[in-house]
Amino acid sequence: MADAPAPPRDPFAALRRATPARIGLGRAGQGLPTAPMLAFQLAHATARDAVQAALDVPRLQAELARPSRVVHSAAPDRDAYLKDPGLGRRLAPLATPLPRGDHDLAIVIGDGLSAVAVQAHAAAVVHALARRLQGWAIAPVVIARQARVALGDEVGQALGARAVLVLIGERPGLSAADSLGAYLTWDPRPGRRDHERNCVSNIRSPAGLSCDQAADKLAWLLGEARRLGFSGVALKDRHVGAVEVGGDGMAALKP
Amino acid sequence: MYAADLAGTRYRFEDLKAVLAAATPLRSGDQLAGVAAQSAAQRVAARYVLADLPLKTFLQDLPIPYEDDAVTRLIVDTHDRAAFAPVAHLTVGGFRDWLLSNTTGTAELAALAPGVTPEMAAAVCKLMRNQDLIAVGRKLRVTSAFRTRLGLPGRLAVRLQPNHPTDDPRGIAASILDGLLMGCGDAVIGINPATDSIDTARTLLQLIDDLRRRLEIPTQSCVLTHVTNTLELIGLGAPVDLAFQSIAGTEAANTSFGIDLAVLDEAHQATLSLGRGTLGDNVMYFETGQGSALSADAHHGVDQQTLEARAYAVARRFRPLLVNTVVGFIGPEYLYDGKQIIRAGLEDHFCGKLMGLPMGVDVCYTNHAAADQDDMDDLLTLLGVAGVNFVMGVPGADDVMLSYQSTSFHDALYVREVLGLRPAPEFETWLIRRGLFDPQGRMLGADTASGAQQRLLQAIADG
Repeated sequence: MADAPAPPRDPFAALRRATPARIGLGRAGQGLPTAPMLAFQLAHATARDAVQAALDVPRLQAELARPSRVVHSAAPDRDAYLKDPGLGRRLAPLATPLPRGDHDLAIVIGDGLSAVAVQAHAAAVVHALARRLQGWAIAPVVIARQARVALGDEVGQALGARAVLVLIGERPGLSAADSLGAYLTWDPRPGRRDHERNCVSNIRSPAGLSCDQAADKLAWLLGEARRLGFSGVALKDRHVGAVEVGGDGMAALKP
Repeated sequence: MYAADLAGTRYRFEDLKAVLAAATPLRSGDQLAGVAAQSAAQRVAARYVLADLPLKTFLQDLPIPYEDDAVTRLIVDTHDRAAFAPVAHLTVGGFRDWLLSNTTGTAELAALAPGVTPEMAAAVCKLMRNQDLIAVGRKLRVTSAFRTRLGLPGRLAVRLQPNHPTDDPRGIAASILDGLLMGCGDAVIGINPATDSIDTARTLLQLIDDLRRRLEIPTQSCVLTHVTNTLELIGLGAPVDLAFQSIAGTEAANTSFGIDLAVLDEAHQATLSLGRGTLGDNVMYFETGQGSALSADAHHGVDQQTLEARAYAVARRFRPLLVNTVVGFIGPEYLYDGKQIIRAGLEDHFCGKLMGLPMGVDVCYTNHAAADQDDMDDLLTLLGVAGVNFVMGVPGADDVMLSYQSTSFHDALYVREVLGLRPAPEFETWLIRRGLFDPQGRMLGADTASGAQQRLLQAIADG
């Protein structure tokens, strides 16, 4: 046994530290060796399960420990939600109207494309943000099923809120199925466009923004939006560097 | 008003675009737009109507009116009637038979291309089964050149796509290296940047250019940023080989992309003026994809496959090196599952080539679509048989910046192996000279890194 050959040095060891990309996987003939093939399948399966997962609303309400209201988008189920994004942007008819009031901020928690992300981070972000927004009148949290980002416009308007923050599950990637996005819109009303929102994306642990980091950014953005009286590209442009500005990649992730 | 009587039922269609839409194989994007056939039988009835329509109809009855849309004006104003003459007497059904005929070969198809309008291509496509799209696709040969020659028979090139979530140059270099070692990068080394920053784009262009020169790699580079950014980069003296732009099939959709024909023309001329190509002067790289016009709310009630073919009319005006349909990227609201993505990939390859474009396909899907690696294996293999010019090469098929799955370097090795396809000739010579491939065009070395790979890795590390 003394002469057993040393395992070949992995020439990609150093390179692998420079990128999360799946480099240096080795080959079986032309194909993938079994181990990286199965690793890919597991990542994809996790992402697919996250897309299909249903939000556990009672658990979320318990973790929020503050007044909340559950609503449904016009998408009756996940299949309809995926096929027609417009349905997820409108509310289904409400049995009782949302409580209109003199609110500085409405918070909407929507399942989006990953209820897993919402379950993992949304309540913690709300707690962290509330601590930073002393003196803000925050409306009861609205929990929305089969929701897209723009649903927040209708909810925010109905609540009479000056701003709406939508916390929503981002489209799962292979590296993370639990990434939460936060979209801030000043003066919400149906018809608001994407460039009128600010986005803090990739809230997850451990590789993304922590809930506290996200709350810092969101509190700063909310303060700026209140001071300027608007949100969106114009606000973002004045503070490039302070807030991550997404390229095409982020647009692709938006639920 | 068009109609067909089938088995005692009269099927009516209000206009030509309704016929085209109803005749299209089922896909979620047409359902979302409200233009899909109401039943399976109505779909076939629309195909009966289409089969009997003279091809000339599409020169007079325009789904998007001439006065409303700059793309329509481009289509009409640049139609080559002499090239169209050999098929001018045919119906759409007759055109399908003509395309499939054993007396119609590569030369006849190449001569016809300037005479085919997008609507003609889309119409005949709707009458063709997947098998037909492959059989005719295989006869269609479109070559283009810059530092490599692409689209030659028996060759399959790969765009090396080394994206990184924060555009980290070292991370991008690592992915480039992985791809080069597996024989990918002959179509282009093309980075999707994570931000819109001009500085970043310039850094990345310089990175690829330095690497290309140092290792004497015969290929071209591209940072896939907005065409106006590329114009700025050219002004700054950055090493721009190709100008990139996403394009669509209507004026309004292109407006939503922040472009028009004039700015594309400006970018084309500016990039040409650099004169960096050694084997050819095709300097444009376009990306398209079914559903883009609908997502920009700019579809005019026209089905997404016809609109996609109209994007090819925009592309062909600028003699591109590469046209890439990013077929499954846009999501399940446009192409729902593997079956729809596979069909669309074959359609786009066929229509683009029929119109004279050097087509590649990003064989891909997102995690909210009902598709997986098996579907991509199917489409990649079918496109390899159909003679696709190039596909993507992404490390492990996982794009860590755009968060979607494309084809991998391994996939490229696979499809070249099973179909006997080889890299672009200039690139293949380089691979052999570097000791990475054998003279038959197959990757050398054991299944771990070979000596030649080690040396290349070392060369990069030293750089």
